[in-house]
Amino acid sequence: MKSGVLNLVLKRLAITVVTLLIVLFAVFFATSMLPGDTASILLGQAATPEAVAGLREAMHLNDPAILRFLRWLFGLLHGDLGTSYANEMPVAQLIGGRFVNTMELAGITTLLSVPLALTLGITAAMLRGSIYDRTVTILSIGIISVPEFMVATLAVLVFAVYLRWLPALSSVNEAHSLTDLVRIYAMPVITLTFVISAQMIRMTRAAVIETLSTPYVEMALLKGASRSRMVLKHALPNALGPIVNAVALSLSYLVGGVIIVETIFNYPGIAKLMVDAVATRDLPLIQSCAMIFCLGYLLLITAADIIAIISNPRLR
Amino acid sequence: MTMARAVASRRSFLGHSYNLVGVIASLIILAWTLIAIFAPYIIPHSIGDIVDDDYFGPMRQGLWLGSDYLGRDMLSRVLMGARYTVGISLAAVAISCFSGVVLGMIAAVTGGWLDTCLSRFLDAMNSIPSKLFGLVVVAAVGSSIPVLILTLAVIYIPGAYRFARALAVNINTMDFMTVARVRGESTIYLIGSEILPNIIRPVLADFGLRFVFIVLLLSGLSFLGLGLQPPLADWGALVRENIGGLPFAAPAVIVPSLAIASLTISVNLLIDNLPKKIRDRDA
Amino acid sequence: MTNLVEVRNLKIEATTDAGRVVEIIKGVSLDIADGEIIALIGESGSGKTTVALSLMGHARPGCRITGGEINVNGKNMAALSEKERAKLRGTDIAYVPQSAAASFNPSSTIMEQVIEVTRIHKLMPPEQARKRAVELFRALSLPDPEGIGARYPHQVSGGQLQRLSAAMALIGDPKLVIFDEPTTALDVTTQIDVLKAFKSVMRAGGIAGVYVSHDLAVVAQIADRIVVLKGGEVQETGTTAQILSAAQHPYTRELLAAFEPKRRQAQTEASTNQLLRIDNVTAGYGAVRDDGLPLIRAVDSVSLLVEKGRNLGVIGESGCGKSTLARVIAGIHPAAAGDIVFDGKDLQRAARNRSQDQLREMQIVFQYADTALNPAKPVEDIIARPLAFYHRLDRQARSKRVDELLDMVRLPRALRYRHPSELSGGQKQRVNFARALAANPKLIICDEITSALDTVVASAVIDLLKELQRELGLSYIFISHDLSVVEAICDEIMVMYNGERVEQITPDKVKAATHPYSKLLFSSVPKLDPTWLDGLVRDPELVSQYGHR
Repeated sequence: MKSGVLNLVLKRLAITVVTLLIVLFAVFFATSMLPGDTASILLGQAATPEAVAGLREAMHLNDPAILRFLRWLFGLLHGDLGTSYANEMPVAQLIGGRFVNTMELAGITTLLSVPLALTLGITAAMLRGSIYDRTVTILSIGIISVPEFMVATLAVLVFAVYLRWLPALSSVNEAHSLTDLVRIYAMPVITLTFVISAQMIRMTRAAVIETLSTPYVEMALLKGASRSRMVLKHALPNALGPIVNAVALSLSYLVGGVIIVETIFNYPGIAKLMVDAVATRDLPLIQSCAMIFCLGYLLLITAADIIAIISNPRLR
Repeated sequence: MTMARAVASRRSFLGHSYNLVGVIASLIILAWTLIAIFAPYIIPHSIGDIVDDDYFGPMRQGLWLGSDYLGRDMLSRVLMGARYTVGISLAAVAISCFSGVVLGMIAAVTGGWLDTCLSRFLDAMNSIPSKLFGLVVVAAVGSSIPVLILTLAVIYIPGAYRFARALAVNINTMDFMTVARVRGESTIYLIGSEILPNIIRPVLADFGLRFVFIVLLLSGLSFLGLGLQPPLADWGALVRENIGGLPFAAPAVIVPSLAIASLTISVNLLIDNLPKKIRDRDA
Repeated sequence: MTNLVEVRNLKIEATTDAGRVVEIIKGVSLDIADGEIIALIGESGSGKTTVALSLMGHARPGCRITGGEINVNGKNMAALSEKERAKLRGTDIAYVPQSAAASFNPSSTIMEQVIEVTRIHKLMPPEQARKRAVELFRALSLPDPEGIGARYPHQVSGGQLQRLSAAMALIGDPKLVIFDEPTTALDVTTQIDVLKAFKSVMRAGGIAGVYVSHDLAVVAQIADRIVVLKGGEVQETGTTAQILSAAQHPYTRELLAAFEPKRRQAQTEASTNQLLRIDNVTAGYGAVRDDGLPLIRAVDSVSLLVEKGRNLGVIGESGCGKSTLARVIAGIHPAAAGDIVFDGKDLQRAARNRSQDQLREMQIVFQYADTALNPAKPVEDIIARPLAFYHRLDRQARSKRVDELLDMVRLPRALRYRHPSELSGGQKQRVNFARALAANPKLIICDEITSALDTVVASAVIDLLKELQRELGLSYIFISHDLSVVEAICDEIMVMYNGERVEQITPDKVKAATHPYSKLLFSSVPKLDPTWLDGLVRDPELVSQYGHR
């Protein structure tokens, strides 16, 4: 029985590796579809054809795509992310500090939104049909139906424009005290928490409601179990797999959310870096940022699936 | 009794099938669709004309939704914006749902290596976050309307495929599929005549949801300046160009946001309030 | 109050998906004395489970108790608050569900769930509860009573789970236990063990019971009195002996009559025309081994012969390979080895390699008409498709033929415009059959086609099949777990066990079966005689060798 679980986990990891390769290739392929020649873009309009040809040679741009992909992949494995076209700094150096900033933002948001969403989702399922449930449901539909930037602009309108509690922009470097820190993170974190929790609440609620309609929960009712016992002892342990999945899927919305939120609040993270790189068509930087996001997303989904496998009682 | 019940539920499906929320939601969707079609004929001012001396002007007679950061008529710009937001999203969702559903049904009916390869590949595509995908493609090939439509469609094909395949796999296990197979029927007949009529309703609901996703993504990209390029402006781009009005809560920044919200929330509410029979028919 | 349970004029309403309110229980009254076991019997939709659950004050989602009194042990369950009812559930009244497999929480051990009642109601310390549970396991003759509680539900067989759920019900020392079709999902050889276990613990504890079932023979073994329900109303009540020997109500008589099927007129002139012969066919699942055979063999070197105009029955318990055999013959699940000869010609193993005529001449009809008919199509389209596909009939000819086929299966022509969801179970199965007839087949493989139907409906379908055979000169392969059905229609009966053919006999020789498994199987079929179970003596060695438990 134990080896069955191990097998499934290994199989799942293998799938992740295959997926990662496909994704990396897709990212690489998409960015090398650039119309116009990278070398001529780099050298500018005034470059001589000889200079362009020389640079093409030096950058191996004449090699077939698959070879360039393998070379890029090989570089990645050695921690070589390439050099930024825009300012000729190593990409790794550009990303370094900003990566930490983004992880901080994502981490704080996760710590806030997961407990909040699980509580709301589970309680809404327990009180299904009540006014509380309906309010939670309508609010979460409302939030998932609007773009992230709207949640962000609303947050700015309310907290910065009308209430004047918080500054509209973030600048991590200016944090001198705890209050500063709270003020800096507050707006991005509030926005992201709203965006992510809404999805998580809906999915958690649905997962719990589904297990609540199983025969073994009815059996518990006919044993005289209280409502909370039915939910906590019988429904929740069996809804664990779907709930973990919901959490992982919702956290993956962080990626989309972070792109908008960092731009809107001018937060110095990799998403902002990437949006700027898109504007300057800085390919190595775009590739690396995209890779980091995809990797993060894949790790989340894989972790969720593995937890679901381990928590499945039938595999014990 | 089973019969009586079935007949009764059918009658109510034809009669009072939608509740009030559903009716209001469908009216809003209908209104935006009509506006998208007829926008050029109903706008009071040309969208490029500067009609106000002030920028971020308030709502007043003649300029019902105020003016934008250059003093152009907001009402006209929002009405024309509907054209781009609704039009591009609709084209993209049609392409992605059609391709996804057809591929999904073929994969479910055929099975074997075709199913495995297709599923593995599309699942991999699905694990690229949508906004990121959009960013990368726009960085590579720019953002003309056809590119936007195609990119948005490609991003949501894996989801449509997954949804349709899951439904079709369920249908495929039914005995009537086995009966049709041993009768000697072709794949095209199996897909078109046996599976499709059974999944069409949930697929239409999924079409609506995916439309919402696409509207949101398009707006998000435009908001980042990576979607529709000036002088064209969809609702996301309208929010972006007028974001300077945020500190004074100018209608120019609020109205396009509300337009997006009214459309997406309506579609979501309509789907949530569809008769259960239509929404959950996955068996 | 003299009786433990007194139900007076019980009314329950249900809200349909469309929001319409229907009365599903229309004023039911019944009494149960202390220690008495009564049976609630009726077809699906008769309301028997609804009535039984109402004794616990419970109505399934969408249902509502709207009137009447449900006095159990002096308390009116209908009038109590949900909290007060919860206090009585598990202690005064306990429940044994239809599917124990679905009613055990998969993520918790069996022991935890068996003693949960004592935790909820704080009846005794957990240690004592565990001891009591082990005693009950022993009384219910479960194997390894000390260790079985530590397992998870999916690690235990269906028959054992069913007895474990009885232990779960009995741990709170209830005065009344409700059994909701507890043996319906079990094989006959397993059913006997479970029935015996139930009967002995109920007798020993003097506990009153309500036994919900559609099977008169099962009920006859365990119940003191029988209540016959139909359409949410009590049709007849009487002691078991009264009901069995002198039923008053026509519906009860119909139920009884369905139990004594008319044997088919034995084909006198043994025709020598072979229709189907299969030789040493093997098929299964899993990886293919070096010798070309699959790892798990569901059908193992089976040979059989069907002659024109004669019927072959294949009987066996779940997992014996009989359904796989049907699929192998039809080419749905291609055989790994062996030959299939149909109407004088060798058949390809896979259906897709067979010719259109070969496919047409052999039709298969499945158990669940619900999934065998496309719910999105009207009946006429379903029946007309083979006409267009095989016979290339034009629209007008098809329409005429659909009418004829509906006549043949005794369905009103107007039904052609309906969708399958608007038909009853028996009607659906007739449409299912009409579609097979539309192909003009020589052989129809019937895979458990009556198993999902109520007894009375099933026997009518069997009668129809016999009639059609007389008119059309068809042959049937009849696959079933139900001996009485096979006996009623088949000329030969083949017994399968563990993928192999163990014996082939004629229906009149069932009592004289020679193979030990056939003997065990045939002797396990419940009889209408109430003394049958108590008088049944089985060779324990046979049971341990062949019983799935």
